[in-house]
Amino acid sequence: MGDEPLVRWDWIWRNWDTGRPDSILALLESHVVMAFLPVLFGLMLAVPLGLACARWRWLYQPTVSVMNVVYSLPSIAIFIVMLAITGLGQATVIVPLTFYSLAILIPAVVDGLTSIPDHVRKSAVAMGFTPLRRLVGVELPLAVPVVLAGLRVATVSSISLVSVGALIGQGGLGYLFIDGWQRQFTTPIVVGIVATVLLAVIADGLLVLAQRLLTPWRRA
Amino acid sequence: MITFEGVTKRYDDGTVAVDDLSLEAPTGAITVFVGPSGCGKTTSLRMINRMIDATGGRILLDGQDVRQIDPPTLRRGIGYVIQQAGLFPHRKIVDNVATVPYLLGWDKKRARARAMELLERVGLDAGLARRYPFQLSGGQQQRVGVARALAADPPVLLMDEPFSAVDPVVRTSLQDELLRLQSDLQKTIVFVTHDIDEAIKLGDTVAVMRVGGRLAQMAGPATLLTEPADDFVREFLGRDRGIRRLSFIPAKDVRLAAVPADLALDASGRPLGWRTTGGLLPYGTFNPERDSLRAALDAALLAVNGTAVAVDEDGRVIGVATREALDEVLGQYAARHTSPAPRDPRPEEAHRTSAAAAPGSAPEVPAEASGPDGHAPPDPGPGNHTDGEGPRG
Repeated sequence: MGDEPLVRWDWIWRNWDTGRPDSILALLESHVVMAFLPVLFGLMLAVPLGLACARWRWLYQPTVSVMNVVYSLPSIAIFIVMLAITGLGQATVIVPLTFYSLAILIPAVVDGLTSIPDHVRKSAVAMGFTPLRRLVGVELPLAVPVVLAGLRVATVSSISLVSVGALIGQGGLGYLFIDGWQRQFTTPIVVGIVATVLLAVIADGLLVLAQRLLTPWRRA
Repeated sequence: MITFEGVTKRYDDGTVAVDDLSLEAPTGAITVFVGPSGCGKTTSLRMINRMIDATGGRILLDGQDVRQIDPPTLRRGIGYVIQQAGLFPHRKIVDNVATVPYLLGWDKKRARARAMELLERVGLDAGLARRYPFQLSGGQQQRVGVARALAADPPVLLMDEPFSAVDPVVRTSLQDELLRLQSDLQKTIVFVTHDIDEAIKLGDTVAVMRVGGRLAQMAGPATLLTEPADDFVREFLGRDRGIRRLSFIPAKDVRLAAVPADLALDASGRPLGWRTTGGLLPYGTFNPERDSLRAALDAALLAVNGTAVAVDEDGRVIGVATREALDEVLGQYAARHTSPAPRDPRPEEAHRTSAAAAPGSAPEVPAEASGPDGHAPPDPGPGNHTDGEGPRG
């Protein structure tokens, strides 16, 4: 890379928003979509699955085992397998990342539900809550802190994993790494790294803020 | 009234938690289930509101089998106080207290107004209403627990070792508070504890249970102390039964003598000490209107001359009880107690034993044959339940 500076600001300026799909802004946008949709879908699936696992405990161990196996599969391998099913679209990245999120969020939901002190649950029963009302009014709200902690891990790991999708042409900011590598040009690589880290920090900060707002009842 | 008729709880693995339990918890009185862990006392309590379903026999709530009532509906009509309070951590204190009114569909304003009223009733500052449970001390949380149980004004209150997780000083004040509340509210209370002293202090009737879910004895606390049915009950009651029984005899019958010259008083008539040439010596006081004979005797033992100082509500001396005066009352008490035909139990005895196991219940229950009170007829009603409650300030 010779005498090239590490970062060429004019390149960033020129490529910030060209209107083409490989502009930094467009890549950032697709990165956000491919990182957050899996977490959202993962959460939507993890709540019912986690509830089922908490309700029928025998389900929990097999579910966790399956999820751990999924989590251990290299993402690039899954992306390639997914190509055959979903083609070259964003879904090829979103579907596997949803499974990764599930692997983190199902245990979080189950832990959240089982962390509720027995005397709290018993007193809800004794007050005359119906099972559904107890779930909505007591158990789910009390599971929120643990679920949010899982959500933070899932979000950050999803943001970082999207980049791998660049190898199959759907990687959001990951495209910048490949571009920079192929051209022996550091600026896109630095931009990709900084943008990914910033995205992760902002997303995590928003979740922390959500935690503050949603659970004012927790010991500081 | 809550009636257990041959109630049994047998788990699938064959363990019997409660074995053929028959007893009555009378309306407007505190019935305490006490026993070592594994005696089935908590299981028995939870069968009343169907948190656990009995496998045999039946439980009647004012004549209705609880199994005919849908559990949530049944539970909303029965207050429940659990160990460690069991408050909902994510709800403010006021909303915790209003839980059952909300479940019953009261509008928010009315439910909260009711909650505020109850917080005051259990002696909590209104400023706590907006806080979350973690911001309260254990004792305060437990008071909130009691307020929550009372929120929808249920006639029946179940209390599951409610005060066992707080320190002894707080426990004593919570117990006193409960007795004060109960003298106003006259709820039908079933109270579970493993602490025999708590049982004796709070119970109008005490059911002592033994491991395996069997009733060992059911009687008023004074009867229990003097006439334990068997070795198990005697051991469970522990030492000093005679002295402890004095707690149930009001001190108001103690003959008071005029204030002697050697008792030093301050300007407002409060005691300072017994005068001697060497200065003032210690003294002990009791309030004849409020205290028990035990307190009077204790006051006498604190003074070198064996004379107890009687004071009024404001602590002003109203007389003294000499050893002779205490002797007279103790003598009466002992004589009555050892009378061969105790057909005329003292009033406080009468009401305290009123809920003894009804004749015809489980034949192996020793309570029935334990003493004169075992055959006492069922209580006619809650009307006289606070009679003779001298020691209960």
